[in-house]
Amino acid sequence: MSADRVRATARRVLRQLRHDPRTVALVLMVPAVLMTLLRLVYEGRPEIFDAAGAPLLTIFPLMTMFLITSVALLRERTTGTLERLLTTPLRKLELLLGYGLAFGTLAAGQVAIAVSVSFGLLGLHVAASKLLVALLCLLVALLGMGLGLLASAFARTEFQVVQFFPATIVPQLLLCGLLTPRQDMQGVLGAVSDLLPMSYAVDAMHHLAREATISGALLGDLAIVVAFAALAIGLGAATLQRRTE
Amino acid sequence: MAQRVAIEASDLHVSRDGIAVIRGLSFTVAAGRVTGLLGPSGCGKTTLMRALVGVQRNVTGTLSVLGVEAGRASLRRRVAYLTQAASVYQDITVRENLAYLAAILGVGPAGVERALAQVELTPLAGRLVRRLSGGERARVSLASALLGAPELLVLDEPTVGLDPLLRGQLWELFGHLAAGGATLLVSSHVMDEARRCDDVMLLREGELIARDTPAGLLARTGAQDLDEAFLRLVRGQAST
Repeated sequence: MSADRVRATARRVLRQLRHDPRTVALVLMVPAVLMTLLRLVYEGRPEIFDAAGAPLLTIFPLMTMFLITSVALLRERTTGTLERLLTTPLRKLELLLGYGLAFGTLAAGQVAIAVSVSFGLLGLHVAASKLLVALLCLLVALLGMGLGLLASAFARTEFQVVQFFPATIVPQLLLCGLLTPRQDMQGVLGAVSDLLPMSYAVDAMHHLAREATISGALLGDLAIVVAFAALAIGLGAATLQRRTE
Repeated sequence: MAQRVAIEASDLHVSRDGIAVIRGLSFTVAAGRVTGLLGPSGCGKTTLMRALVGVQRNVTGTLSVLGVEAGRASLRRRVAYLTQAASVYQDITVRENLAYLAAILGVGPAGVERALAQVELTPLAGRLVRRLSGGERARVSLASALLGAPELLVLDEPTVGLDPLLRGQLWELFGHLAAGGATLLVSSHVMDEARRCDDVMLLREGELIARDTPAGLLARTGAQDLDEAFLRLVRGQAST
């Protein structure tokens, strides 16, 4: 493991982003704009804005990281740059950490703006500290990165990889407890909801929204989110094959 | 003079998607020379090169590179690989592309500037790769293969799409690198390029049909040029 090679990879990815200011601006601003929209939709009903807004804050970094990671890694795979990198001393873990560092920086910017706007301007209210909310959002960003990495392995084109979003992320959105409480979901639906990583991210946010203290249940949900992220990144790393057909 | 051997293959077979692409190759490549890997498209040149650099699946037989089994991690610093399609990042500049690979290899900024100069890209170093022509992009890819003074350069069609002047300059560069002790394996499907090599390997349908110096090939076949020599070799092979 070389920190230099991780840093070099992160620097290269950040340079790619710097030459694409439109993507950076969209990633940074869209969640804050959508939170503002939500606030306007529920004008005069702050309890509904609190109930829907807090979980949504966790979902944005997952969606963003899923999309940018899946497209970026698909490009590495299809343009031959990954094949070439794997013939150099760069290790797969260094490549992934470099991406994590660069996209994590971007996600941190997005979370900072969305959280500041939501709490500072829009009056969103949660019981726990805002720092904990931001930290949860960053963990979820990691999960989004892992899922995006995995999706990139099953797509051959950018059209395909973008279709993995409605195919894999939207069902999680429907079943994560944002629309209906998870405990009200019957039989199969509840069981499926229990298997999806986003459910635990939203559960964790519900804890933060209701409780000022750090409970065992919250830590359990966070551990599950981290485990899902590690599993997705691990499986995704296994798909970065040095030897191919 | 005893020649050092850079690559040694024996009874090498490779199949891709269940089809035999390389069918029992045995050969050696001498160190410090430019060896041309010639043959029509689809004859197995790229597959053989991928096997040499350790990114090809389903390789059987023995294949040693610089005295080590092909694909070993220790070779990744000693062997440089130029893929056929330019493997470069479109959305950063020429210099930023090279700086990234240089950092992976532990090469400093001076090494980056030298590689840029070697492929005549210094004036375009600050330009985004996506704004370059196909030939310029190919040279960015080649420049990154030159970083870090590799002992073996495996170059898959490095001169394709370049103008004759530049092509000539690159072949001169290959000669210089070999004179400096590096071994070069350069593929091409243009027979005319064979005359620039020290040794030539002619590949057809995954089999080696000739291995000689360019002059040796002409003498053996009595042909006027290497295109003709290739045709005679193919016909000779077909009639036996």
